Amino acid sequence: MKKIIPINRMTLCQRLRNYLHSPLSFLIFLLVTLAALFSVFILLFLVVYILIMGIPHLTPELFAFKYDSDNVSMFPAIITTVQTVILSLLIAAPLGIGCAIYLTEYAKKSNRLVPIIRLTAETLSGIPSIVYGLFGMLFFVTALHWGFSLLAGVCTLSIMVLPVVMRSTEEALLSVPDAYREASFGLGAGRLHTILKVVLPSAVPGILAGMILAIGRIIGETAALIYTAGTVAQIPKDVFQSGRTLAIHMYALSNEGLHVGEAYATAVVLLLTVLLINTFASVIAKKIAKV
Amino acid sequence: MKKFSIENLDLYYGAFHALKNVNLDIDETCITAFIGPSGCGKSTLLKTLNRMNDLVEGCKITGRVLLDGEDIYYNYDVNLLRKNVGMVFQKPNPFPMSVYDNIAYGPRTHGIHSKAKLDEIVERSLRQAAIFDEVKDRLKKSALGLSGGQQQRLCIARALAVSPQVLLMDEPTSALDPISTSKIEDLVQELKKYYTIVIVTHNMQQATRISDKTAFFLLGEVVEYDSTENLFSMPQDKRTEDYITGRFG
Repeated sequence: MKKIIPINRMTLCQRLRNYLHSPLSFLIFLLVTLAALFSVFILLFLVVYILIMGIPHLTPELFAFKYDSDNVSMFPAIITTVQTVILSLLIAAPLGIGCAIYLTEYAKKSNRLVPIIRLTAETLSGIPSIVYGLFGMLFFVTALHWGFSLLAGVCTLSIMVLPVVMRSTEEALLSVPDAYREASFGLGAGRLHTILKVVLPSAVPGILAGMILAIGRIIGETAALIYTAGTVAQIPKDVFQSGRTLAIHMYALSNEGLHVGEAYATAVVLLLTVLLINTFASVIAKKIAKV
Repeated sequence: MKKFSIENLDLYYGAFHALKNVNLDIDETCITAFIGPSGCGKSTLLKTLNRMNDLVEGCKITGRVLLDGEDIYYNYDVNLLRKNVGMVFQKPNPFPMSVYDNIAYGPRTHGIHSKAKLDEIVERSLRQAAIFDEVKDRLKKSALGLSGGQQQRLCIARALAVSPQVLLMDEPTSALDPISTSKIEDLVQELKKYYTIVIVTHNMQQATRISDKTAFFLLGEVVEYDSTENLFSMPQDKRTEDYITGRFG
């Protein structure tokens, strides 16, 4: 095969020579490149640091079924994390998606409720999570007498991630071209049919992206959980028992100061979990978007 | 035979008076063309015929539109109306689905789920829209991979799949190249045997080539409505003459 030497490509040498005439451009080029490299470096450093500190402590005993003060097993925390994520999404996803569908598909543009709902959601997403935690403690734990329980934690987290789910779903629905809706209505399909068969399927990647964000926030959350779900290291047998997620587990371990190594090991597992969920979700999104 | 009759129709977008006292009859199994400069209300009138204007906020309509003698704005099932009065849009707008699912979407919406029946409808619709041979090997592939002209014929096939009586076409060739355009024009000629067709076009040659009757619109009014031959050869109104001879618009 003949080797192709493109004439429209600049070698690095040529590009640098071009910059000789404009030192300012070169400076900017240098700065943005450095910014990019530095950001990647920080992230990589963090990940590598956690891996180095955590992996040596990642022993099979840490995945023992039961937690006790000698063997600070993270297995109950893993199960609790999964429970928390699933239950929170079970509440937040239908509410958030429903709300977004109402805003984009049903509400008229002149409807005065719409800007109020948007403003509320935006405000909610700006509130620090400790405030949610305090609210959860005062309302779910105390006023409703649920005590430190999985349910109180899940309800608090649902409120916390609701705006995330709602806004990203809304963005996803808004990005579905109106031409699809028109085509569907033009064939005599009703609004519900159009939403279910045309609008939602094309919005799935965006909705999933919102879910991933929500899952990320749930997995990483501590402040909103300490005073609602509590910190008991056990697998909650029902929703009225306390349980600690991985993030809380990590917080508790490093707080006690006796098992810092194990805390790093937990961080490794957290990191892998988030990575796994992201990969899994993007694979699904690609599968769906392909059709 | 009259298919549509439009009586004293006025339409407002907010405060803008977009259609002014339109009275027009559309004949069955013939091609009616709406011509006129941009913003004259021809697309707007087209969309009142299958109530797509209902989706536009701030749109107010007065008067009557009768389809086979029945007022489509009074106690008429909108979904049924749109099934009977299909629409092809200016820009090809296939769904992001396979070719097959695009065509089967309408029939499925109206309750047909048998595989054999759907297969038959899909093939018949694609053949009617003269695109079957081009897509028969890629029925399961995404419709978005087709060329613009193919997509538009696919959209016509999709509209035909719900067996409409009327086909509304809103500048169906304005986004297409000349070869695709001529294919669609031939197709429209063919479809005229079975369907009542109303077509909005900016292209006066297109109107003369394919339509039986033509209505000329200006600033929301129907200036002149006659057989295409008469309208283009001996326009009664000065404004029509000016427009078709290219003095404005």
